[in-house]
Amino acid sequence: MSETMTAEYVASAARTDAPPAITLDKVNKWFGALHVLRDVSLQVAQGERVVVCGPSGSGKSTMIRCINRLETHQEGRIIVDNVELSDDVRALDAIRREVGMVFQSFNLFPHLTILENCTLAPIWVRRMPKAEAEDLAMHYLEGVKSPEQAKKYPGQLSGGQQQRVAIARALCMKPRIMLFDEPTSALDPEMIKEVLDTMIGLAADGMTMICVTHEMGFARTVADRVVFMDRGEIVELGTPTEMFERPKTDRLQMFLSQILRGH
Amino acid sequence: MSDITLNSAATVPEAAPRKAPVSQVGIVGWLRTNLFSSWLSTAVTLLLAYLIIRWAVGFVEWAFINAIWSVPNNQTQACRDLKGTGACWAVITEKHRFMLFGTYPYEEHWRPFLVCLLFVGLYIVSAMRRFWRWELALVWVATLTVIGVLMWGGVFGLTYVPQERWGGLPITLILATFGLAFAFPLAILVALGRRSSLPAIKAICVLYVELIRGVPLISLLFMASVMFPLFLPEGMNIDKLLRAQIAIILFAAAYLAEVVRAGLQALPKGQYEAADALGLSYWQKTGFIILPQALRLVIPPLVNTFIGFFKDTSLVLIIGIFDLLTAGKTAIIEPAWQGFGVEVYVTIGAIYFVFCFAMSKYSQNLEAELNRHRRR
Ligand SMILES: Nc1ncnc2c1ncn2[C@@H]1O[C@H](COP(=O)(O)OP(=O)(O)OP(=O)(O)O)[C@@H](O)[C@H]1O
Ligand SMILES: [Mg+2]
Repeated sequence: MSETMTAEYVASAARTDAPPAITLDKVNKWFGALHVLRDVSLQVAQGERVVVCGPSGSGKSTMIRCINRLETHQEGRIIVDNVELSDDVRALDAIRREVGMVFQSFNLFPHLTILENCTLAPIWVRRMPKAEAEDLAMHYLEGVKSPEQAKKYPGQLSGGQQQRVAIARALCMKPRIMLFDEPTSALDPEMIKEVLDTMIGLAADGMTMICVTHEMGFARTVADRVVFMDRGEIVELGTPTEMFERPKTDRLQMFLSQILRGH
Repeated sequence: MSDITLNSAATVPEAAPRKAPVSQVGIVGWLRTNLFSSWLSTAVTLLLAYLIIRWAVGFVEWAFINAIWSVPNNQTQACRDLKGTGACWAVITEKHRFMLFGTYPYEEHWRPFLVCLLFVGLYIVSAMRRFWRWELALVWVATLTVIGVLMWGGVFGLTYVPQERWGGLPITLILATFGLAFAFPLAILVALGRRSSLPAIKAICVLYVELIRGVPLISLLFMASVMFPLFLPEGMNIDKLLRAQIAIILFAAAYLAEVVRAGLQALPKGQYEAADALGLSYWQKTGFIILPQALRLVIPPLVNTFIGFFKDTSLVLIIGIFDLLTAGKTAIIEPAWQGFGVEVYVTIGAIYFVFCFAMSKYSQNLEAELNRHRRR
């Protein structure tokens, strides 16, 4: 892991001249009476990499799940790739095609082979011919160093391999934005690096990324900005150096000291 | 720590594997651990062995040694003289055509016979995974059409046989096959509907399942046969078999829907979310991700319900439809053959058993094969 931690900063591809890839404007969300997102506002530029951190239950997952509408927000606006999220089904389809997501628990489809996992959505959502989808899948599987797994089932792979395949599966839809929800939290320490390396590679290719993670080394290596959330609010926001070396709020200070003690 | 183990493994020469003690392996070992592990288990083993052997000997004597296989023109006195010490298989020899085909015209029996063969053939073809393609649906439609033509006749020079005269095994197979073929897709829709986010659809599905499950099949059949025609306009008459068939479909679907729903609920939420996140539509998600996994999970209870319904078709006897069981009962109404119910029921039981056992065995294979991906 230490290699990742000390890896050199990957040059940012963030483009401030273009319209933002994602805009959250005073987003509010309740689960029943529980107010889980409070006036969350955030702009992510195209090619920008944002790392989200914060204590458990602070609403990190809920925020990024609102971006591809796995959760619906109740107030405020979310605009992804110039399309505003609403109840309009076509807008939803368009956004889900452009936004890939990687989950903590991989969520590969266990009854399909790795290759089928990767080709299903391109074939049926993007209407890609099967042969082309398979070529594309093999290309991305090679990208995540797992081409030899293509004919296996997810159950036959280690956690790290499964997560890399899950990344490849999302990439096969050629998304412009990738969301990661604690992609390494369910992994054994020796597998974390292989997944983080894959993600660093993705960052180097200029992908717009929002990543919920507590891997501070990863944040330093790729993040343009770090967002610290607590109790449903964005408490602090800045470059990794600002955030980790000169935290302004007590809450972030406390959180960082807990993280460091935990590691 | 792993270093230490590695090093020690390298320096200490590997011990040759020793054979397990004789008392643990082979037949002797098996007998010892399973049947004779203590004096109590030895006693139970011996007692049960004695009972099983006595019963088996008794059965062989009754069914084979003392049995009478045929009698000249309905002279059953020889059978009665056995006083139950031997089976009178003569009743089967004499009445098997009636048991199998009911009151279907005798000289036309080849038609229901062919129908039974077609059904069995259809089952075998459908069971092979090789043929699981959409063309299989065409095969079903074609076969069922041929079956209808054979049973009814009236075309291609076949004499017309009204439905009231159908009976026996074809009726049982028709009720069971059509019943499950229609009930299963309906059940899937109802199960999906019960989990729908649209309140109206959800309410209808819940109401349907609870209403149908809340009444016995017998009362549904009664309603279908007695009450339903009262609501129909004068002169309009839906075939009695069709009404019973619809009642069976509706009943089976309610039960199957709950089995399918159990499978849907057992799937982790992440599977739904991953499919959504990839942009799959509702039906793509359901067809490619959710149902294939959910149905695999519930193969055992699904087949359990299938088997139950195969046998429940025999309840149509109460509305006067001649299925296999009713035909068997009717066969021994004739005075000469009264009192030979055991032989008839054993035979009919055997026929039911063959079908149910085949289903059960097949489902075990299917389960093993479809769940291959879980093996490492
Ligand atoms: N489906 C749900 N129904 C009700 N409450 C929920 C639901 N999902 C999340 N919550 C609640 O919303 C709050 C925010 O949850 P969220 O999962 O976004 O937190 P998180 O920051 O991702 O935490 P963690 O680090 O544990 O993943 C929590 O209090 C959680 O209990
Ligand atoms: Mg979370």
